Amino acid sequence: MVYNLETPLTEEAVGMLKAGDKVLLTGVVYTGRDAAHKKMVEQLERGESLPFDLHGNILYYVGPTPAKPGQVIGSAGPTTSYRMDAYAPVLMDRGLKGMIGKGDRNRAVVESMIKNQVVYFGAVGGAAALIASAIEEAEVIAYEELGTEAVRKLKVRNFPVTVVIDAQGGNLYETEKAKYRNVE
Amino acid sequence: MREISVDTIIEKLSWMCIEANCRLNSDIHNAIRTCKDKERSEIGRDILEQLLENADIAKKEMMPICQDTGMAIVFCEVGQEVRITGGSLTDAINEGIRQGYEKGYLRKSVVKDPFFRENTGDNTPAIIHYDIVPGDKVKLILAPKGFGSENMSRIHMLAPSDGMEGAKRVILETIDQAGGNACPPMVVGVGIGGSFEKAPQLAKKALLRPVGEGSPIGYVREMEQELLEKANKLGVGPQGLGGITTALAVHIETFPTHIAGLPVAINISCHVTRHAECEI
Ligand code: SF4
Repeated sequence: MVYNLETPLTEEAVGMLKAGDKVLLTGVVYTGRDAAHKKMVEQLERGESLPFDLHGNILYYVGPTPAKPGQVIGSAGPTTSYRMDAYAPVLMDRGLKGMIGKGDRNRAVVESMIKNQVVYFGAVGGAAALIASAIEEAEVIAYEELGTEAVRKLKVRNFPVTVVIDAQGGNLYETEKAKYRNVE
Repeated sequence: MREISVDTIIEKLSWMCIEANCRLNSDIHNAIRTCKDKERSEIGRDILEQLLENADIAKKEMMPICQDTGMAIVFCEVGQEVRITGGSLTDAINEGIRQGYEKGYLRKSVVKDPFFRENTGDNTPAIIHYDIVPGDKVKLILAPKGFGSENMSRIHMLAPSDGMEGAKRVILETIDQAGGNACPPMVVGVGIGGSFEKAPQLAKKALLRPVGEGSPIGYVREMEQELLEKANKLGVGPQGLGGITTALAVHIETFPTHIAGLPVAINISCHVTRHAECEI
């Protein structure tokens, strides 16, 4: 199925998405990768609030290149998600509804996704110039000192992603690979 | 002695940073196109199409193909009849990287210390491999390397009795485990022989060979072909979402080794395997 979805994600939207569905996302998406995740989780441990509300929101694992004059953002494809696995369940417990990245997740993340009804989208790794064309606004809202790793608020229009792990634990990395695997 | 000024090195290298990061070399472009026509998975074909489209946008807008513009790996061959004037060659290489990453709006992805991870702010230091060669020229090859795929690379210190079959097994295991993390279709560089540090250097060098150009050594070329076929039967596919396009090429370099050893290093690279070179 192909869906056009607006953010923040509703419970119904998350519930209906199945691994393999294509989605064009429109609305606000927040960016965060290694260093920002570490900072966010440390802030939560200290009992502080986060720089943005997680409820219903999506985190895109990306560290963009600098924008050239006249550009909203530079190239902005996904980074590998497993490095965020240690932090993701804490954020899902606080209301995070979606994650965008590339590559498989560990079991703890998938269990937390099922428990919290969260969806994991894959964007095409390396298709960074193409993805940039779906980003209409970008603003650093936290941890500016982290440079490319700062948290940005992005406004996206028709950002193309695929549901790779759904909120029931359906996992495209497992089902699709098996179809084409031919090893003795 | 022929004199080469550090200014020439800086200027050439800074331009190469932009060139390598924004233009996908035609060998990779062609390989992706060929694979797209053969790919059985619809998701896979769609992804390969997006990769081609992405490369076209990057070239047209002169913007980076991928946001991970990598750590700068530089291979520098210095002719022994060359004298570098105006400063240190290593400083000049780093200055070229600094200027290129700034001017080209490329991402600065290097941190000062592996534990206290403060960004150096200019993508230096570069990783530089020097070679002293006959002649009066300097050859520079820049290969920006992304870490999604770098992190999936492995070295195995096999026993001689593991032989060619053992080497093939660990190479395929590494490709399989890299899966979607390495942004397949991958280019796989393999270094076999040498010592603990030589094998990965060979593997890195193997990535510089144009995709599809086989090894000049007969048995190595056969191994490369067999491994490419088997890699594409693993099912990983474009982006790890299934299909018959897992790797675009497997390149192997070999070197003499010790009577007790069989080092095998596998350097995984992605569909954005970049390099630019120049001779001064
Ligand atoms: S592995 Fe390659 S294509 Fe993927 S994000 Fe890294 S540099 Fe880009």
